[in-house]
Amino acid sequence: MSSKKINCDSRRNFLKNISTGGLLAVSGLSLLSCRNSSEEKTTLLTTDGKLVQVSKSEIEEMEHLHQGAPPKEAREGIPGKKFVMVVDLSKCKNARKCVEACDTHHNLTPDRPYIKVLKMKDNEKSSPYWMVKPCFHCDNPPCVKVCPVGATFKRSDGIVLVDNERCIGCRFCMAACPYSARVFNWKAPPEGKLDLPYSPETSLPSKIGTVAKCDFCPDMIRNGDLPHCVPACPNGVIYFGNELDDTVTNGEETLRLSTLLKEKAGYRYMEELGTKPRLYYLPPVDRMFPFEETNQESQS
Amino acid sequence: MKKEIGTGQAFKTTREKDLLSHLISTSSKYKLWIAFLLLIILFGMFAYYRQVKYGLIVTGMRDFTSWGIYISNFVFLVAISLVGSLFSSILKLNKNEWAKPLIRVSEIIAVAAIICASIIIIIDMGRPDRFFYVITHFRIQSPIIWDVIIISTYLVISILLLYISILPDIALCRDRLTEIPNWKKRFYRIMAINWVNHPKQVAILQKVSKILSVAVLPVAFAIHTVTSWLFATTWRPGWDSTNLGPYFVSGAFMAGAAIIVIAMYFIRNQLKLKSYITEGHFNNMGKLLVLLSLVYLYFNINEYLGPAFKMVGVEGEHITELFAGKYSLLYWFVQLGGLVFPIILLLFRKMRKPLPLLIISFFVILGAWVKRFLIVIPSLQHPYLPIQDVEESYLHYVPTWEEWAITLSSFAGLLLIVTILIKLFPVLPVQEKELVINTDSNPLIIKNES
Repeated sequence: MSSKKINCDSRRNFLKNISTGGLLAVSGLSLLSCRNSSEEKTTLLTTDGKLVQVSKSEIEEMEHLHQGAPPKEAREGIPGKKFVMVVDLSKCKNARKCVEACDTHHNLTPDRPYIKVLKMKDNEKSSPYWMVKPCFHCDNPPCVKVCPVGATFKRSDGIVLVDNERCIGCRFCMAACPYSARVFNWKAPPEGKLDLPYSPETSLPSKIGTVAKCDFCPDMIRNGDLPHCVPACPNGVIYFGNELDDTVTNGEETLRLSTLLKEKAGYRYMEELGTKPRLYYLPPVDRMFPFEETNQESQS
Repeated sequence: MKKEIGTGQAFKTTREKDLLSHLISTSSKYKLWIAFLLLIILFGMFAYYRQVKYGLIVTGMRDFTSWGIYISNFVFLVAISLVGSLFSSILKLNKNEWAKPLIRVSEIIAVAAIICASIIIIIDMGRPDRFFYVITHFRIQSPIIWDVIIISTYLVISILLLYISILPDIALCRDRLTEIPNWKKRFYRIMAINWVNHPKQVAILQKVSKILSVAVLPVAFAIHTVTSWLFATTWRPGWDSTNLGPYFVSGAFMAGAAIIVIAMYFIRNQLKLKSYITEGHFNNMGKLLVLLSLVYLYFNINEYLGPAFKMVGVEGEHITELFAGKYSLLYWFVQLGGLVFPIILLLFRKMRKPLPLLIISFFVILGAWVKRFLIVIPSLQHPYLPIQDVEESYLHYVPTWEEWAITLSSFAGLLLIVTILIKLFPVLPVQEKELVINTDSNPLIIKNES
């Protein structure tokens, strides 16, 4: 059982070396083995332009090949970046595609998602709205301050991550976070994605007895992609970008951050706590959709 | 039951006989008691085995109520441990002669409670296998690290205080007890570290004892204040309070006094020490309990009046739930049954007799435990952002049998340590005269008031 796992790992690492983008890739080991077999073969093009033949049974589908940095390197931020997220509350209709994408990529069960979509009502007279709530990646993060072992840390690019190989499971950070952003692995994590090398940047694989939360998907950002939740949203609710470039994008339109926040009266949730979140909300004015409960009910 | 006593064992005085005879004979009642405690501990260990195997999922804790009765029990045990400093520092330095026979009991309870508290906090961890990360990867700005430092300091000082106070008695056991097994003789010989009541030794002992009884006080205050900071450094309703430190410390002293009453009642009856622990002691302990309860009442009012007057946001929700919501029954039981009624009742002399005082102290202790439950759990259930879209189990907190078993076995562990220490060492100082060089001081034993 364990030897299979090792095999699988080394193959994956090997693949990573020869190709970095494709959905289908060829294993060098299988090339050797297919010579003395008479199975049906197929021709494939590798990313460096060579044509190769492999037996069909040796072909394995892969999801995406990039991995997050290992725990030590994951403590350093991506240089020259200060990531920031903007959530436009006027466009959210609780489609929950961001939650689904996040759950899929982080191998989460629906009972403890990293992103929550909350039904909010600011006062008795105003109408309710949906509020997407990932981790706020605060600049003055209460969770980092209380962690006794430095398992949760703030990076130079603004991202707050959890190293689940360091976490002792005291759950002080969960008590300290005023936004309930953190979830705990109360039991063994669900099957699947458990054979990856661990990286705090992907939060994969999860570990029993440790804390976890939204990580802003640094593995995606490193490759110039957006966090999974951003393109998943059908309504372009979530914008993501680099504060130093003063731009944010939701995958369709790219906007100037300072102008957007100024024109649409961007704010941070519970600014008075002094946590300095890196996530801004644009108030739910001029809504694209009327508020409907139905979507949420069909989910639960 | 006392079959072996007197078979060759000679004592010089009746005091020696009274205080040392239980070290020699082992009654079947005692064995039964130990077996009972071990059984509970074994049951707790089985529960913990399940927790290690399946994860904290076996507890009632979930993402919102992420701390449960382990943490409240930890706070309770830390509170109990403060009693050591109450007797060996506050009462001793204030020259309360009557309290002297209770010093050793209090120190024994302090050591036992702090050991159990340390164990229970490790049991609460999701990754107990990484416990040593708090040493190898510690970050000093975390209140947990402060707690680790101060708890270990307090443990060391408490053990030293206890050891110093029994050292002359260990030497006495070594010299006097003949009818004991060889391992016990060797044990006393090693533990006595060549103590011979030499004036030089006595002088050192006294000096160290004085330094420690001064040093233990700030550490004792710190241990519970720091524990309160685990809560006060967050934004949770009911925790986000500057009052929390003194509130915790005063509550700890009250609970400590109550546990001493319970301990002295049973020690007095079981070890037949009625002429050493007298009704006068109970009377004084009753008065002390009133005083400490009044201080706690004061901080209690401070803790709740402000938020209850303003009723703002989540603080208001929290107060409503305590005063009139799902925790109201527990809340009023604690405030009335564990605080107000004991204060009123103990004002009457009749209620300060051993049995009534024992019953009242039980209520105080029960109230103190439930109070810690009410401090830890309801606060977690009122975050700023609403709890939505979660499983039913995430909304409520009901401790599971595993949690209760582990909690019960922490009490059993405490009792076991206390029982064993009392069995190994005389529970009251045997030497009637205080070991003094400047001999103007008074005898150790108190005058019997009744």
